[in-house]
Parts: sequence; structure tokens; C-alpha cells
Amino acid sequence: MTDLFSARHIGTDAAAQSRMLEAVGYGSLDALMAAAVPQAIQFDRSLADSLVPPAATEREALDELRALASANRVSTSYIGLGYYGTLTPAVIKRNVLENPSWYTAYTPYQPEISQGRLEALINFQTMVADLTGLATANASMLDESTAAVEGMLLARRASKSASARFLVDADAFPQTKALLRDRAGAVGIEIVEVVLDSVDHPAGHAHPLLAADGADGAFGVFVQYPGASGRVWNPSSVIDEVHAAGGIAVVAADLLALALITSPGELGADVAVGTSQRFGVPMGFGGPHAGYLAVRAGLERQLPGRLVGVSVDAAGHPAYRLSLQAREQHIRREKATSNICTAQVLLAVMAGMYAVYHGPEGLRRIAGEVNRSARSLAAQLRASGYAIVHPTFFDTIQVRVPGRARGLVEHAHSRGILLQPVDDDTVGIAVDETTTDAALLELARVFDAESRPSGSTDSGPAAHVDADAEREPSIPDSLVRTSEFLTHPVFNTHRSETSMMRYLKRLADADYALDRGMIPLGSCTMKLNAASEMEAVTWREFAGIHPFAPKADVGGYLELIAQLERWLVDVTGYDSVSLQPNAGSQGELAGLLAIRGYHRSRGDEARTVCLIPSSAHGTNAASAVLAGMKVVVVACDELGNVDLDDLRAKIEMHAESLAALMITYPSTHGVYEHEVASICALVHEAGGQVYVDGANLNALLGFARFGDFGGDVSHLNLHKTFCIPHGGGGPGVGPVAAKAHLAPFLPGHTFAQEPSHLLLDGTAVVHAGPQISAAPYGSPSILPISWAYVRMMGLAGLADATAAAVLAANYVAARLAPHYPVLYTGENGLVAHECILDLRGITQSSGVSVDDVAKRLVDYGFHAPTMSFPVAGTLMVEPTESEDLVEIDRFIEAMIGIKAEIDAVAEGEWPADDNPLRNAPHTAQAVVSGEWSHPYDRERAVYPVHSLIRGKYWPPVRRIDQAYGDRNLVCACPPPEAFE
Amino acid sequence: MTEEIRYTAEHEWVLVDGSVATIGITAYAAAALGDIVYLDLPAAGTEISGGTVVGEIESTKSVGELFAPVDGTVVEANQAVQDAPELVNSDPLGEGWLIKVEFSALPALLTADEYRTLTGE
Repeated sequence: MTDLFSARHIGTDAAAQSRMLEAVGYGSLDALMAAAVPQAIQFDRSLADSLVPPAATEREALDELRALASANRVSTSYIGLGYYGTLTPAVIKRNVLENPSWYTAYTPYQPEISQGRLEALINFQTMVADLTGLATANASMLDESTAAVEGMLLARRASKSASARFLVDADAFPQTKALLRDRAGAVGIEIVEVVLDSVDHPAGHAHPLLAADGADGAFGVFVQYPGASGRVWNPSSVIDEVHAAGGIAVVAADLLALALITSPGELGADVAVGTSQRFGVPMGFGGPHAGYLAVRAGLERQLPGRLVGVSVDAAGHPAYRLSLQAREQHIRREKATSNICTAQVLLAVMAGMYAVYHGPEGLRRIAGEVNRSARSLAAQLRASGYAIVHPTFFDTIQVRVPGRARGLVEHAHSRGILLQPVDDDTVGIAVDETTTDAALLELARVFDAESRPSGSTDSGPAAHVDADAEREPSIPDSLVRTSEFLTHPVFNTHRSETSMMRYLKRLADADYALDRGMIPLGSCTMKLNAASEMEAVTWREFAGIHPFAPKADVGGYLELIAQLERWLVDVTGYDSVSLQPNAGSQGELAGLLAIRGYHRSRGDEARTVCLIPSSAHGTNAASAVLAGMKVVVVACDELGNVDLDDLRAKIEMHAESLAALMITYPSTHGVYEHEVASICALVHEAGGQVYVDGANLNALLGFARFGDFGGDVSHLNLHKTFCIPHGGGGPGVGPVAAKAHLAPFLPGHTFAQEPSHLLLDGTAVVHAGPQISAAPYGSPSILPISWAYVRMMGLAGLADATAAAVLAANYVAARLAPHYPVLYTGENGLVAHECILDLRGITQSSGVSVDDVAKRLVDYGFHAPTMSFPVAGTLMVEPTESEDLVEIDRFIEAMIGIKAEIDAVAEGEWPADDNPLRNAPHTAQAVVSGEWSHPYDRERAVYPVHSLIRGKYWPPVRRIDQAYGDRNLVCACPPPEAFE
Repeated sequence: MTEEIRYTAEHEWVLVDGSVATIGITAYAAAALGDIVYLDLPAAGTEISGGTVVGEIESTKSVGELFAPVDGTVVEANQAVQDAPELVNSDPLGEGWLIKVEFSALPALLTADEYRTLTGE
């Protein structure tokens, strides 16, 4: 018998499922699903019609991936532009990137069980703040270009200028300029590209626009440092001018260059953005990598995204946590100033650890070697008679080759070398830490051959250039960095691999990830990230590719992407998919921008109202605002469903201006809404488009399709439904899928190797909508994960997984209903793939809060369910299909045990302010040190269930004081004395 | 609940002394917001108009808005609550006041009884 992957992915076998079905009251999975999923939307089609091939075994799928990988060609890239070769320390690759303790963790919302990655992230923040010379950095951004957009939006909020104009350095990376342009349009910002330099203009201004005051000036400027051309120059006079006009200066800086050149903070920048890719994270054809964003003192509370800070726990010990969460999209909704609600945690951890391992002297050495390579190359090329465009540079030089640039780039490519074509007369070369002397020699040969008339003999360049030329500095004296960085002990301790390995192990041990047990977070779909799915991510043929490599080099990637696009089209009922968005929020934004583009293409420029049900995830509203739309909230009824009468009224009220409805299906309440098809029809009749948020697709796959019941566009979360690991809070991939009429408005990209995408009917469409990510295909190096999942499950396996997930949620609901009220159910009393336990009555009668229950679950060896979303005072449980019945039962028993403890508090057996719930979680220290004065015993505190004695997760800190950390914002590594 | 002070439907209180109104948030609002961690208040000299958002009150749970209950000019923002936002939780009607405004017009405000009816307490 074949070893079916689906039987490895799905945790419950037939025997377990029949026991669960009995508890739920159905005779079979088919009967359960027929009752749960509304009849009107269930599809009925033969598997033979599907574009998804029948399931492959793990070995077969890996063989196919090997074949796809071998269709890529790993050339030596000198393209640069924000993507560089890097040497990932093997100790980081093995112990972080390939370690489920790091990659299967969730966003650290429960800080007591996330101290390891919170420390790793505060290392990252400290590293970025130190290198950029600014006060506070956040815990990473999606990529450099989106960080630049967030920098621009932050500048508009913080600027004193009333202008809507933002100046952009002509020497910025082209992908960043394009993204700034595309995003600015929707929010009414005017981008003006300007040539900036530090030479005083006759009028005394670095740029005439900066001279103007108020609305005629600019609210900020974006400077690339060093420039895309490689030029190292001093932007401080430009920054001073911007400040004088009340504006904000955003500087995109190369972190490795900052080891040698003066930091943006010291030059006066308010905001710095960039990427940490070259700190040990492979290029991966564009991502994922951790972007960064740092600000000067006074702008901390304007930071988008996640920010790790230091607070104290119940024992007064320092403890890490996410700071300022109240400013996030899910709370501020349409008042949010950014839709960024995640980070690139796994990649930020890698980059931060690269700095921990190398330390300040290591970074200086690496940066020095990179600069030496660039100088050596420049000297060799000058010796061969070439002109170098800019005399000052860090790692990138431009070479004049009048009229011959194209031919030279092609010739180099034929020898496995990628140069950057700048224009007809110029090529760019960016070296990096992987560049060897032999590679430089080979590069010089390419140029040498080019400079000689054909037929002449190739004697080759001199093996060694004049050593004096190499010593000639390429960084102006005035910009040589003199300030210290990475002085904290963590960056000066772990030099041996043994020490580094143990540091990583110690941090991983502090955290609770899927490798310890169930993470029943509702709406997060914490399912298995199978080892075989992860296998290809680090293969050189996928990891070592530059995002702007020529099409001939990336045949394997393009084939994998095309296949995955078609499979996603097939399972969602749409016509075309873009994999460019590198987070769910960005998929939302791309989908809404496609709707905007569609309406405008028809002259419907007034269609700007976006209807959003009150039950929606807050990011929906934030994305709508950033797509230039006006949010109008639609009420929900007492069952949590969209109130049809209110929907009709709102549609009527905004008949002329209706752009779209955003609806989540199944709803954020975890219920299959029966009226969804008629809701979609109402919106269409009024000329609006329907955006179906795919956050809960895991309850639908293989049973119904968004496109069939009325969706025009959706985003999917490959990091939920399609097994990309959460990485402790990123990476994610949020593809956007659309019907044919919206397909031309899906994200485009100037450097897309294949702008044309197949539609379902076999014709092709060019995605030409606004760019959404820095790279043409977003984060391609993790797409093999989702590819492998679909390939190994097949459509039948995907449907089995959906049914198993729905069964698990209904089993939990049925077994816990006698103890905790289940808040919402559908018409047959069934939930979808998650259930909401309503603790509000319990809290009122006992004083025990959702927080208390969540923290007490840690003592029982569990990660808490989702707290207070979508309803305050509740817990939302999503077991997923991957948990087996033993683990699900262990969770149910824990919840029942906790309910008995709550009852004891309610009955007065334990005081409301001193009981095992209020004091949870209990650390080992809390039960062994000093006198035990609590009204329950120590065994009850830490071993509430006997089985924990043989194996228990011990939280390293007690409950963390949230308010203290927000009142006393500290977002860099605390001194070691703080922990004594 | 002190009887001389007046209230707004946005859960703010207003205490008038001559031409200056002292403004804060009610105990009900402070309890609903939870632990207040940060206040963004208008600086002295700022012109404000009734009904508009003039500041932010951030707690660990949410970000609330401060509405101007009157038209006028801010004469003082309470530095003590900006240094120690927990004062708004511990003494919302006393040391936790937020701003003093020299007002030009005073709209109709709620009495303590009317506000109690509004909050159902």
C-alpha cells in the first residue's frame, strides 16, 4: 500500500474520526459536511475535471521538485539593487531556518511563552537601531520597498508641512520608486522624482521644491544611501533643507555599508528603512527577507508593524513583550494608519543572529572585504581603460561601456555572470561577501574580452592589480563611520559555534511552538508544516537566485509558479492568481487596488465606498483606507451574520459610490453564513464588487469555491491553509485571486520575468495593476512548501483535510459546550473549522477573565486559543486537521479542569485575587523559592494534570505587566545587570 | 459623582470656573479603556472647536479619542498625566484631568443624572 501523505498530514484516522462523529451526532464525515456547509454553495464536480493532479507520495513530489530546481540556473549575481549573495552561517541555517522550534511558532501574542523569539527580535531591533544611528527600530517589515512606503506614510503623519508632495531620490532602487509611485496614487500623495546631490545650488537649496513653504513644498524626502548607482554621498544638506521646510527625511540605507559609513541618524535622518537580507538570508528569487524601519526619538509611537519592548513580570523580573499593540489595525480599523499587521520574524531572527555571531568587528571585517573587492575591481577595470561613473562607492560600481551595455550583459550571462544593465551605455556591478578573488578575475576577463576587437588573442588581465590602487579609498573621509555599534554583550559573546548553538537552543527552549503541542489559535490555522514540504526551501537552485535574474535562468521557478497559480485558481473558482503579495494584508490591498483600477478603467471614479461587516478583521478596514476607499460598516445580527436589512439600506444609501463589499467566508465568527450567495448578488446588482477574505479557506477547500458563489476577488493565506509555517510571526504569502475582469489589475512588476499569466480558459492576461511587493513574485523561495502540500494531498486529500478540520472543531464545541457556552453556530447547530467559547458570563460570576484562562493553559502545557477576537471576553479555538485525537482530548480535559478551578473561585473556595488562575503561569522559581502562602498547593500550581510530571513546558517568566511596558517604552536589549 | 460638573455623551466631564473649563474623562470611560498608557494632548495655545478630535487616549486595549466639548483655546495640558498616565485610572475626576480650555462658547452639557441615565448606572 502506498504511504499516503494525507494520512501523515491529517492527525485523526478513521477510528478516531468515528469516535468524534459519535460525540458530534453524525454517522459519517459526508453527513457532517453536508449538514455544515450550506447546500447552495457546495460544489459537485468530478475530480477528473480538476487541474490539481492526483496525490503524489512525498518521494515523488520531491523528485518533481528536484526536476523543477534543476531547470533553474544559479549564475553569479552582481545585480545588487538590494539583493546580494550572502554566507548563511551553517549554525544559523541548521538551528534556526531548518528548526521547527523556530519556524512553527506563532506571533508572540502570548509573551510568557515566547521569550526566546522576543529576545531574538529585540536583538534585531538593537542591531538596526545601532547601525542606523536611530533611537528605535521595529521588529521588521515585509521588504525594503514596502518599508519605504511605510516610511513615506509615517512622514506624512509626522510632518508639519501641509503639502501632499513627497520627493523621491532619482538614484533610488527602481523597484522602490515603482512601489512608492503605485501606492502614493491611492492615498493622494504626489511623488516627484528629483536628482539630489550635496553640491549647493545657486539658489542655496539642495532642491528648488524644498524652498517652497506649506503646500507648495514637500512633506518629506526619500534618499537612497548609498544610491542605486553605488554612489556614496553626504545627504545631510538635503536633510537639513527638508527639516527647515517642516518635512521628514526618510533614508534607505544598506546595513552592511553602515558598518563603514556614517549612519543616517548621525546625518540627521528621521526615519531609516531597508533590508537585512545580506545578513545571512539567501536571495531566494526575491524573498522572504526581513525589511527594517527605524525612527529617531519622538516618533516611536508612529511606528507601523510590530515592536518588541521590555516590561516586568509578576515577580518584578524583566520580560519581553510586544509593545503598543493597541495601535494595531485590528483595533484601530479604519482609523489605522498602516495595514501592516505582521513582520518577517524568522528572517529577522536569522539576520539578528548573523550580527550576534559576527559581532561589530566581524561586520566591519565583512564590509571591509566587500569594499576591498569593489575597489580591486574598479582598479582592474580602470587599468583596462574603462571609466567608472562614481569615484565614491561601497560595494557597487557603474562602468561606462558606450553603446555596448546590452551585448556585454548578454556575453557575461553566457559565462554564468549576471551584470546589472543600467542603460545602453552603462552596466552596474555589485559585489558581496561571497565574491572571491577568482570570481573578480573572471569578471575582469569578461570586460577585457569585450574591450578587445574580435579575433585578437585573449591574454587575460593581470592577475594582480597594483596594490596601491586597491588601497585607494572609495569612501569620502567625511563619511567614514567613527561611532560605535553593537556594543551590547549579546553581540560580543557568541563567537564559537558551540556558544552560538547553545544560545539558539536556550532561546528555542523558552518558547512554545508546534513541536511541543497544539496551538489552537482560532483564525490562525496552526496546522502541520511537514518536513518534506520544507525540504526544498534551502536548495541552492531555489535559494541562490536573484529576483531580477534573466528569464532563461528561472525556468524552474516560473514553471512552479505557473503550476501553483493554476491549482489555486482551480480550488478557489477564480480565473487568475498573483503570488506577489508577501502577506495577507498585502493581498487584501492588492485585491482592493484591483477593484479600484477596474472601476476607474470604466470611468467609475466615484465608486470609493467599501462596505465592511462589523465582524470583519480590523485589517480589512485598514487596507480599504490605504486603497483610497471610504469604509462604511454594515451591522451584524445576534447570530454574528451580516444583517441583510442593514446591508440593503447601506447599499441604497451609497448606490452611486459603492465600490466593494469585503466579507470573510466562513465568517470571522467561524460560521458558514447561509445567505452568502444572496449577499454577493445584492452587491453586484448595485454595481459593486465582492471581495471575499480567504482567511478561513481551511473550512471550505474541496467543498465550495469563492468564485462560484459570487466572489470577484480574494486573498488566500498560504501560511494558513497551504502550510507555509508562521515562522514566529512571518513569513507569509497572501496571493490574490480574481475573476477575469479584474485580472488585468492584479499586481504588475517592471522586472517580472513572465508578465503574462494563463487564465482558466487557456488565454493569457498580463497583470498590470499596481506593484505591491519589492520583488516580482513576492517571496518565491517558500512557494515550494505550498506546491508540495497541494501536490501531495491532491484535491481529494485537501477535501479530507477540510472535513477533518471541521470535525475537530465541532468535536471540541460539542465536548466543551456543557462547560463553556459556544457563542455562534450555523443552522444545524454546527460550527465551521473553529468555535468561540463565551467566557463573559463566567467572568461576570467568578471574576476569572479570558487572560486568566489563557495563562492557566500554559500551566497545563498549552498555547492559548485566540483571545477576545472577534468578540471581547471570548476564546476562539481552531484545532485544525493536523492534531490527533489524543492531543485534542488533552486540550479538552485541560479546559474542563480549568472550568472546575473557575467554579472553585466562584464558590469562594479560593479568593478571586489569589488562585491558580490569577497567578498563572507558574514558573519553577515561583513554586520553589521562599514561603508558599497561596491557598492551593504547589503541585496544583505546576502539575494540575498527572501526565505533566513526565514532561512539562516550564514558562521562563510569570505573567507580564502589559501597561508597565507601554508606559515605559524600552525597545532595545536591556543591560545584563537587569537580569541579575 | 460630583454634582457641579457636567458631562458629554463622549464620556468626558467639564468643570467650569469663570471662562476656563477643565476637561477630563469620566470614571466610566477610564474603566472601559482599562490601563491607560499614553496621552496625546493638545498643547497650550491650540485653538479647538467643539465636537472635533483633539487628542488620543491610549490604553493597553485600545486607542480612544479626546473630543473637544467646547470651542476655545487650550491654556494648559496636564503634564502630570502625560508623565504618569495611570493617574487617569486612579483619579479620573481629580488629578487625572486632561486639559484646561479658555472657552468662547459653552454648548448644552449633561447633568450628572442625565449622564448616569446614559451609562445605565
